[in-house]
Amino acid sequence: MSILLNKKTKLIVHGFTGAQGSFHAQQCLDYGSSIVGGVTPGKGGTEHLGKPVFNTAKDAVKATGANASLIFVPPPYAADSILEAADAGVSVIICITEGIPVMDMVRVKKRLAAMNTCAHKVTLVGPNCPGVITPGECKAGIMPGYIHRKGSVGIVSRSGTLTYEAVWQVTCQGLGQSTVVGIGGDPVQGLNFVDALKLFQADPQTRAVIMIGEIGGSAEEDAARYIKAEMTKPVFCFVAGKTAPPGRRMGHAGAIVEGGAGTHASKVEALKKAGAAVVDNLSEIGAAVAKGLKRKTKAKTKAARK
Amino acid sequence: MKLLEYEGKEVFERYGIPMLPRCGVIRIGDNPDKLNIDGRGPWVVKAQVLAGGRGKAGGVKLAKTASEARELAGKMLGMKITTHQTQGKALTVEEVLVEHAAPIEREIYISVVLDRKAGSPAIIASAEGGMSIEELARTNPEKIIKISVDAEAGLLDFQARQLAFDLRIPQNNFREFTAFAKALVKVFVENDASLVEVNPLVISKDGRLLAIDSKIVTDDNALFRHKDQAARPDHEASEIEKEAKAIGINYIGLDGDIGCMVNGAGLAMATLDTVKMAGGDAANFLDVGGGANVEQVTKAFQIILKDPKVKAVLVNIFGGIMKCDNIAAGVVEASKKVRIKVPLIVRLEGTNVKEGKAILAGSGLKLEQADSLWEAAQKAVAAAKR
Repeated sequence: MSILLNKKTKLIVHGFTGAQGSFHAQQCLDYGSSIVGGVTPGKGGTEHLGKPVFNTAKDAVKATGANASLIFVPPPYAADSILEAADAGVSVIICITEGIPVMDMVRVKKRLAAMNTCAHKVTLVGPNCPGVITPGECKAGIMPGYIHRKGSVGIVSRSGTLTYEAVWQVTCQGLGQSTVVGIGGDPVQGLNFVDALKLFQADPQTRAVIMIGEIGGSAEEDAARYIKAEMTKPVFCFVAGKTAPPGRRMGHAGAIVEGGAGTHASKVEALKKAGAAVVDNLSEIGAAVAKGLKRKTKAKTKAARK
Repeated sequence: MKLLEYEGKEVFERYGIPMLPRCGVIRIGDNPDKLNIDGRGPWVVKAQVLAGGRGKAGGVKLAKTASEARELAGKMLGMKITTHQTQGKALTVEEVLVEHAAPIEREIYISVVLDRKAGSPAIIASAEGGMSIEELARTNPEKIIKISVDAEAGLLDFQARQLAFDLRIPQNNFREFTAFAKALVKVFVENDASLVEVNPLVISKDGRLLAIDSKIVTDDNALFRHKDQAARPDHEASEIEKEAKAIGINYIGLDGDIGCMVNGAGLAMATLDTVKMAGGDAANFLDVGGGANVEQVTKAFQIILKDPKVKAVLVNIFGGIMKCDNIAAGVVEASKKVRIKVPLIVRLEGTNVKEGKAILAGSGLKLEQADSLWEAAQKAVAAAKR
């Protein structure tokens, strides 16, 4: 088991024939992901990377039975592609595009919420994220595949390379990942920490979760409330941006401390209070998880012996 | 991007937001006679800086006569302002706005913000204006009104009425206020803002509703559909920051002495944190981007070394799609073009890391390599102290 993606996932790529789309779709194919086609308006009927290209998402889903979308469309048109994918009936949409106006995402979010109350369920991951990978089964994103290893640690993060850092540390500890989810660095996004934690909590393959947060907003504080109330699996956290000056946007549109809210201190305090393990030093997160899981296994063997 | 008060007021003007008449803006080098000060006083002279609390710092002055207003405006240009929002740094007043003043009966706080959790705009308001809303949120959170707004429908009639009643708007200004509140939401949505604030909105002694100040922050991601905004100078960014932005590098200058080059915003932030933990301070935040090549790396070095404070440079790259051997080649290539006189510490990890490290080791360049971010940070801090 895993979350969001597995062996059965059939992906269509939006912005398939563009430079970014082509490069990363090829990487996903090389990893073994099942990409069944792509969407580029006006290029329907042609072939790209050995897969069929369609004019619309609806055509693509109809012809291929795709159930997930991976979006590389440029910022001015990306919001529209998300809605097109949702309308076409896929259940997971992963939007990699960075730089989508917040107001566009406000509109997307409202429409997806309306869809989810009456029609089929659709989950959006991103935008401005590295994507999602279930090691050994499906890679839908821009992360380097080889750093991952199949295993029992679920990882969810607001940042790209910071996620790779955590993944790599886990792999170097001889452990592996169930699924790794990049939820992205934008202020208005699809899947949030709480949604991802819920999925990991319910996933039998996942034994522990790493959550990588950063300054800005209150997603980490919300996650802390959920961890305290519902999580039985151990959660290990790192929050980036301890030394970031207030009022400045640190690369990610969402990573900004405004009016005294969204500070590093508030997030760390909330997570610690909720019982999560928070590491101050990013370089120690892999070791912390390995130690935590070992302790858990020992306790279990002890309990079994009794 | 943050707009200065007068730039925000120019936007407000287009939406019919009630304000006092403005007499003009002068910049350093301008003659105060350029100001169009006529009619009856008093006037108010306001330093155009991007920081709250300027009044207490001498950035807002009242003038009874036109000549006094001109004199104050002239004096204010070039003045240094330090407030609780400037993080100990002084801002230079480069522009001054002069406008008519009105005796104030009541002050109200109102803003439109992005409610990240709800994923929609929201109005934040309080009948107690004039003070810092952050302060009020701490001391009297019950006095803060929050109304969720639908971006497409705008502020609905009943919401505007409810807001007016909650803020105890006088009968005479009621209609004017509901129109104002709706217009404020429109400013937010149509200009792709992330904040539109009026603090204070006042009712003057002669019964007028007036927006006295303006604060607008816009979404950089939406600049492609706002040519007027895109043409405006970014008042917050330093010269180096602007230069970096122009070549696609995300750079923010900081106070320390360790220059940092990192790929990815999150990892860049975490690198600054790790440097601090190792006992040092970063000179900058720099995200070289996901697809960095030799050219980007060279430019990044050039940008970092423009800051004379830099005593050591820390390169932290997690090679994903971007391979470590390419990055290493980039560092070697860049160091030929840019003379790096300060110690260089490089930490590479990820795809083709062995090849990358070998390239660096065989390059003859004077640099230290590190296996983890923690080790790299410690080495950089030690090098900067040497």
